Amino acid sequence: MNSQISFTEEQSMLLDTAMDFCSKNSPINLVRSRTEEAQSLPSDLWLSIVELGWTGIAVPESHGGLGLSVADLVPVVEAMGRNLMASPLVWSAISANTLQLAGSEAQKSAWLSKIANGAIATMALIEPDGSWQLSEPLCNGTMKENTISLSGTKCFVQDAAFAEIVLVSILLENQPRLVLLERSAIPEHALQREVVIDETRRCYRLTLDGITVTPDQVLPETCFVEIEQTAMLLLSAEIAGGHASTLNLIVEYLKTRKQFDQYIGSYQALKHPTVDVLLGLEATRSHLYHAATVYDTGTPLEKETSLRMLKAVASEGFAFAGDRAIQFHGGFGFTYECDAQLFLRRAIFCQHQFGDETHQRAYLADTLIDN
Amino acid sequence: MSVSEQELDQFRVEVSAWLRENNPGDPGFLLPESFMEVGTDEQFEYLRDWQRKVYDAGYLGMSWPEEYGGGGKPQVFQDIVSQEMARQRVPFMTNTIGLNWAGPLILQQGTEEDKKKYIKGILNADDIWCQGFSEPDHGSDLGNAQVKAVKDGDDYIINGSKIWTSLGSYAKYMILLARTSNEGPSKYAGLSFFLAPMKTEGIDPQPIKKLTSEYGFCQTFFNDARIPANSIMGREGEGWQVAMATLMFERGNVGGQAGGLSMMDINVNDVLELARRSKRNGKPALEDPLIRDQMVQFLIEAKSNVLMGARTKIPALNTERPTAIAMSGKLRGSELKRRFCQFAMSLQGANGGRFISPEAVDGGKWQRIYFNSFSATIGGGTTQVQYNIMGERVLGLPKS
Ligand SMILES: Cc1cc2nc3c(=O)[nH]c(=O)nc-3n(C[C@H](O)[C@H](O)[C@H](O)COP(=O)(O)OP(=O)(O)OC[C@H]3O[C@@H](n4cnc5c(N)ncnc54)[C@H](O)[C@@H]3O)c2cc1C
Repeated sequence: MNSQISFTEEQSMLLDTAMDFCSKNSPINLVRSRTEEAQSLPSDLWLSIVELGWTGIAVPESHGGLGLSVADLVPVVEAMGRNLMASPLVWSAISANTLQLAGSEAQKSAWLSKIANGAIATMALIEPDGSWQLSEPLCNGTMKENTISLSGTKCFVQDAAFAEIVLVSILLENQPRLVLLERSAIPEHALQREVVIDETRRCYRLTLDGITVTPDQVLPETCFVEIEQTAMLLLSAEIAGGHASTLNLIVEYLKTRKQFDQYIGSYQALKHPTVDVLLGLEATRSHLYHAATVYDTGTPLEKETSLRMLKAVASEGFAFAGDRAIQFHGGFGFTYECDAQLFLRRAIFCQHQFGDETHQRAYLADTLIDN
Repeated sequence: MSVSEQELDQFRVEVSAWLRENNPGDPGFLLPESFMEVGTDEQFEYLRDWQRKVYDAGYLGMSWPEEYGGGGKPQVFQDIVSQEMARQRVPFMTNTIGLNWAGPLILQQGTEEDKKKYIKGILNADDIWCQGFSEPDHGSDLGNAQVKAVKDGDDYIINGSKIWTSLGSYAKYMILLARTSNEGPSKYAGLSFFLAPMKTEGIDPQPIKKLTSEYGFCQTFFNDARIPANSIMGREGEGWQVAMATLMFERGNVGGQAGGLSMMDINVNDVLELARRSKRNGKPALEDPLIRDQMVQFLIEAKSNVLMGARTKIPALNTERPTAIAMSGKLRGSELKRRFCQFAMSLQGANGGRFISPEAVDGGKWQRIYFNSFSATIGGGTTQVQYNIMGERVLGLPKS
């Protein structure tokens, strides 16, 4: 199977720009203070992101975007992950990609250029049972005289309170479908902030009961496979960034903290697992840029395999890094003040979205062993 | 010199055909799994003949300078040969120490005379090389090596013993790290490096039986052995630097090797193939979810190693710790192999407890490979020492 990694000069420049932008605009003290705010990211910073063109990367040129692929967002999202910057970018991009693949011409014309220009879009896919099977929603739509009444509950809807549209997965006449909900169609009380382990994120519970839509709000096609794949890719990019910073955090402490008159980094019980954290990072970044390459050029099987391997390796590696970061900071590691918790929280959140490592490996077993 | 894709494709076809025609095939006796396990004369002769044949066909040392016996071509040709060799599973090159560490070292640091004298014999396997670094009391702590070398006229007189000398009984030359002085600012400063002729009175390699019950390495005794003074490489007291340069070649941290395989290729796909025909309590082993998960973990890990190799070719994706992937290659590869061999045995039910015999699964191959896999987790610097090196040199952590 293909083991290619391609990384163009443009992508390399984008990575540099993004690293620069995110480290300037998301220092750890601001990451912390932003957890107290209503929005995950201040509006002016979101505007700067829009000005940089990142919201238009995956939007076709005909709709005012750059006409690149979602995979071209990988360097940007990796840089955001590095600096624990939370933003609506990822879900806006996945929403745009979904509209592009499955939406009607009218839906595309109405929303794609707006998203490219910074309108926040998000998706409601997950339900209270926590299932990762995107194409098996339990939320329902009942059609009666040209009106579809929705019912059920969605959760983990990111940045929903600030989104102009939410794409919701439902079961309509026993088929999994996507519907486009505009902000105005969502009553105030239908959205409730959820407590999630990663405090940089804003997740909402969306109660669909009482909300109605018209048939032209249903997307004519579905693309659950692509949604899952883009989510795995971009989440893993975020993970790779977070993993790298966790390693730096550990190394810094091991080089400065002394016990028994020695830097604790001289103890092999700490040094060797830290090398494992490094090796995990090297593996994740290699899978990441391979999967990003294959995302646009590979066969469906290569795409599926590379993304699941990526999500498995990335999830496991970052969770290990975060876990060791706590332990290697000793009592300080147990505090809220120590930054290690920020990374561990991020790691656990990302690990459990869109399939953890055992879930991914079970799928991989089917493709790698049974075929 | 740039080479066209077309030229390379054509070359690959040519090598591939040559290998198919010339693969020496099953010799009818058990072959060693790597150059560290050559234990009988028939194994040795078979492997030496094979290396000669490959060299005569122009497929070894392809990137080494023509004037000394190499091919004078871009490295990519040799890489293609090595890939095709792995794919067709032809035998490995027995003179690995010469080809992949002493040879590149001589080309890098040797005198013109050294190059003329040694390179050709390394390539055509006339001159087998061994490595005299480790000692009974100093292995990981190589800098503490105590074998003595005392200058006497045109000679150095060597006393003491080296151990775990792979190919010791077949070697014509040894790269030898010995102590010329106990003075100096550190233990390292008194070391010197020699290209020592093995067929010398007072040098006596004694074979040691390995854990597989086969032979493959020696303890080499030096008893007032006189070697020519001009066999020193570099100056007196510079031995440590030369030894470190050697280890960079040995661990594959840098390029310049003559190429070819140095061990029998065995990989996760072989384990998958074994798993497909294995049963667990009467049912196909691959129906067991835990076995499936374990198998997939190995497949992913092997893929990670391949992809890391691919990523090293893109500098923009290796800016922070550019040596991390190359420096960890031996560690990652050898540990993966050791663990997948354990898994391969676990697929065998009660037969996991057999050893080389007709009743054993695949003749006991997996048990033997498992045992031999430690050659790479111990030799060339143990896994634990590699972890120290990674922690200290790549991450900048304080020394242990
Ligand atoms: C098959 C085989 C072939 C070999 N061929 C050659 C050869 O041709 N020429 C040659 O010169 N040598 C050869 N060697 C020797 C090899 O390089 C040494 O065995 C190796 O460097 C370890 O040294 P040692 O055996 O003295 O073990 P020791 O150094 O005594 O190590 C014992 C244990 O302690 C651990 N340890 C030691 N120091 C540290 C540390 N600082 N931190 C953490 N753990 C530590 C080691 O990892 C190991 O687990 C060969 C070895 C093998 C197994």
